[in-house]
This record gives sequence, structure tokens and C-alpha cells, in this order.
Amino acid sequence: MSQRTAFRHPWTRALRDGVAVARRNLIAYRRVPQLLVFSTIQPVIFVLMFRYVFGGAIRPTGRFPYVDFLMPGIFVQTVVFGSMAAAIGLATDMQSGLLERFRSLPMARSAVLTGRTLADLTRNVGVAVLMSGVGFAVGFRIHTNTVAFLAGMLLVLLFGYAFSWIFASVGLFVGDPEAAQAAAFPVMAPLVFASSAFIPVSSMPGWLQAFAAHQPVSVTATAVRSLFLGGPTANNVIGAVAWCVGILVVAFPLAVWRYRNAV
Amino acid sequence: MAHAISVEGLTKRFRRLQALDGISFQVDRATVFGLLGPNGAGKTTTVRVLATIIRPDGGRAEVLGHDVVHDPESVRASIGLAGQYAAVDPNLTALENLRLVGQLTALGRRALHERAWELLEIFGLKEAANRPVRTFSGGMRRRLDVAAALVHRPPVLFLDEPTTGLDIEGRRELWKMIRDLVQSGTTVLLTTQYLEEADRLADRIAVIDGGKVVVDDRPESLKARLGTTVLELTFSDEPTALDALTRIQSMGIQAEAERELVRITTSDSAAVLLNVLRAVDVNGAPPKAISMREPTLDDVFLAITGHHAKAREDQSRPVLSSPQPKGAP
Repeated sequence: MSQRTAFRHPWTRALRDGVAVARRNLIAYRRVPQLLVFSTIQPVIFVLMFRYVFGGAIRPTGRFPYVDFLMPGIFVQTVVFGSMAAAIGLATDMQSGLLERFRSLPMARSAVLTGRTLADLTRNVGVAVLMSGVGFAVGFRIHTNTVAFLAGMLLVLLFGYAFSWIFASVGLFVGDPEAAQAAAFPVMAPLVFASSAFIPVSSMPGWLQAFAAHQPVSVTATAVRSLFLGGPTANNVIGAVAWCVGILVVAFPLAVWRYRNAV
Repeated sequence: MAHAISVEGLTKRFRRLQALDGISFQVDRATVFGLLGPNGAGKTTTVRVLATIIRPDGGRAEVLGHDVVHDPESVRASIGLAGQYAAVDPNLTALENLRLVGQLTALGRRALHERAWELLEIFGLKEAANRPVRTFSGGMRRRLDVAAALVHRPPVLFLDEPTTGLDIEGRRELWKMIRDLVQSGTTVLLTTQYLEEADRLADRIAVIDGGKVVVDDRPESLKARLGTTVLELTFSDEPTALDALTRIQSMGIQAEAERELVRITTSDSAAVLLNVLRAVDVNGAPPKAISMREPTLDDVFLAITGHHAKAREDQSRPVLSSPQPKGAP
């Protein structure tokens, strides 16, 4: 075929196909207002709610106001909740038959999944910028420096990206958008709420502390917190990155395997 | 490499269902091959194996000489697939959908732009080019789905029940487009539940049942076995029907009875109808209902396999009816 542009390297093709699919997924945010509202208004409401409604009752140890304790947690919570879009999106594509079309096209096999997760990552960048603005407006302050702040945001995005792969698998295994949502919530709720995202783990009963202190959301929230507020940082960040890598090492091949074998 | 598609002894099992049970057929280049069968006969499974979406358990399948299992990349580069449900993104516009497929099949930017507009023109979607597909009617979606399958000019096209859910006009339009494609050298594998559709389009028809080909023939020969019209008389009970059957057969007309129904398949419907009516009028037990229709998939099945197609389609149009309309089986 003469009009086909030759992509000599498979990586080039994988990248271009992934970007094409990501762009397609991002257009949905423009066309479906509910999607955009859900992914932007909801985190903003969480910021305001925890800042003003629960903020008075929650007293973290340390010398920082609650909003400074809260914001790292809200960032992590937001990307975890947001990763559900991967499950819903892929399940919807599976149900509509769009995945069948993709699988019959001479495109990179990875592109449907990388495109989905790249779109979620892009959305998370936008959401993070918006939330930072709202956070700063309600009194959130960085106690370290800009580089540490950016490093913290990168960690949040990496964590969200890793979670997108978990929920990409969930979506492909479940194959039904409503069921995907139903399956995702019982996993996400304990991870987000039985964590150090909103309150210090030390206020929880002893049996819960063991789980709450070491699960990925807590470890990442604590790492981001130490990057924003100062104090011992290295171990926390290493722990968080280890969780991200660990999740990716398991979830990535699982999602790819499922994509190849989904009937 | 004489055949565009070659399928040999393909098998596929889904848990307890033997979806394909040694299906074999060959499709010549630039022809339409119709896979005709009821729901669950294995039509879609065959297409999905050929489109490299699922792997067969056994047998061999080649598209333009490329093995679907060992060289799926080459197969994908030479096929287009339009499925039963319109596999286009409802949130994208028609143009964006075609562009996406073009990008994913590595068309160059200029070629892609031209090709997308060309297809929108051909499929009558030019005015709707920039509208989200969500706002499209079922027929428009279906046309876009077929257009999306053609973006990279695949020499082999799979159409899995392409006209299901289309109105008569939409069906006719799509048939015309398919004929035009074949004129220009495309090979089409079409699955359908409609005998009429297979008859209008296909150069060759394979009737499949239980994952096997039960007959593979030219539409003319298939129809010659069947006759062009099916005449059905419904009586009040089985004995009356059997009585009528004897009378009809005594006039030298081939007929068969099934409970209170007498069925005659003929190519000379007017004369036969008159004779049949004369025959059954003799002892004052007239039929409750008479219907006259073109043969359906079910008739093909009855004629070839001796049993009904599992998913039945009733397209009869009654020509005469007694006061009690209930009577058709």
C-alpha cells in the first residue's frame, strides 16, 4: 500500500497509536460534560469539605494546620478515584464492540491500554493543577520548596498512573461499565479511607493501624506530605515509588494478557 | 493462491458450546460469499477467527495466503471488519471516527484526510461529518461502521450481519455499496440470517448449522432446490390437514404436512394456488389461513437438514385469512 507511512521501529508505532487512542479518550471529556464535571468538581468539593467541614474536628499532630496535612492526601485520593475511569472506559469499549474493531486493525497491540492510561494521566495533570489552585486559595502552603512540590506532584501522577493499570485490568475482566464501578468501590474505599490520606493513622484502632500504615495510599500520601512539609523524606519516597513499581509490574502484564485474551 | 479466504476444518469450543465443528469453505477473489445460518450457528465465531480476534482450537484459516494464527499482523493489514453492533465511538464525530481508524492503520496525514471525506461522501454522511455519532440514527451509525472498515482500503471485507436493524431503504443502500465494492475488486465475506440478502448479494452461499457447513452452493442452485414461493395452509386440526394433504398430493402437487399445517414449495405459485384451493374446497373443510411468501432461512433448513432453524424468522404475509387470525405456527 503506497499511501501507508512506514514505521520502521515498533516502538514508534506503539507510541503513535497510543497517542491516537489517548486523544480519542480525551475527546470524550469535551463531549460528555458529566465526565468532566465528575472528575473536576468532585475533588474540589472534597478539598472544601475536608477543609471546612471535618477540618475543625480533625487535629493532626505536628505544627502544621490541617489543610497542609490534608492536601497531599486529597491529591492521592483523587488520582485513585480517577483511575476508575480506566475500568469504566475499557468495559464500555468492550461492550460496544469497539475493542473488537481495534483488535482487527493493524495497530500496535499495546495502544488501546497505553492510550487509556495516558488519557487518564493527562486528565490527572489538569485536575492536579486545578486542585492546587483551590488548595492555595483555601490556605494550603508548601513548607519546603518548588522542586520538592513538583517532585510530590510527580509522585502523585505516577501513583495515579499505576492505579490506572489496576483498573484497566478490572474493566477488562468485568466487561460491563456498571459492574466495573461496583467492583471498584469496595477495593478503593478501604484503601482511601483506612489510610493516612485524611487523618493520622495513630488515631485508628491498633489492628487497623498495621494495614493503614503500610498500604499504598498511606505510604504515598505520607511521602508526598514529607515532600510538601519537610522532615525525613527519602525513605517515604522510596517506599511510595516501590509501591508504584510493584503495582505496575503486576497490573501491566495482567491487563495486557487480559486484553489479548478477552473474548 | 487462488482463494482470497480459505478455511479448513476450523474448530472452536467455548466452555460447553462447540461453536465451530470443523467448518470449511473457500472464497474466490472479488466475490461475495454469504454465510447463512441462524443465531448460534457459528457465523460470528468464524468471522472473529478470520479477523484474528480469537484463536481457533483446530483447523486452518488463511486470508490472502496469510495464516490467521501464525501471521495475524499480515491478516490484519488486509482486512476490514464491520460488526453486528456499530463499533464506532459515540463521543467522536463521524470524521473523528474515520480519522482514528486511519491513524491506527498508519495512513499518511494527507491520504487520511482525503480518504475520510471520500468515504463520508460515498456513505452519505458528509453533512453529518462533524456531528457526534451519539446523535446518529441506527442506519447512519451502521453506514459509518462499514465506512470505518474501509478506511485503509482492505482487499478483504468481513461484514457480520451488516443490515440487522436497518430499514428496507437502508438495507438496499448498503447492498448497493457492497456490490460496488466487489466490482472494484474487494472480496466480501457476509454473514446473514436472511436468505433474501444472501441471494441478492452472494456469488456463493454456505448454509451453516451447529458450526458446520451443511450446504455450499450457488444461490441459483440453492433456490432451484427450494422453489421461489412457499404456500402454507393452516387447518383447524391435524386430521383435516392430513386429509387436505392427500387431496393436494393426488393432484400431483408436492406437499408436506406438519401438524395442522400443509406446506407447498413451488416455482409456479399462481397455478398451484388455484389447484390447491380447488382440491381442499371439495369436502367443505377450508383452511383457517393461507399464506404465501418467499422461502426463508427456515425453509432452506427444512429442505436441507430436515429440521427448523433454531432462531426462527416469520416473514409470511397472509393473502387470505379466515375470521380467526390465530393459526400461523
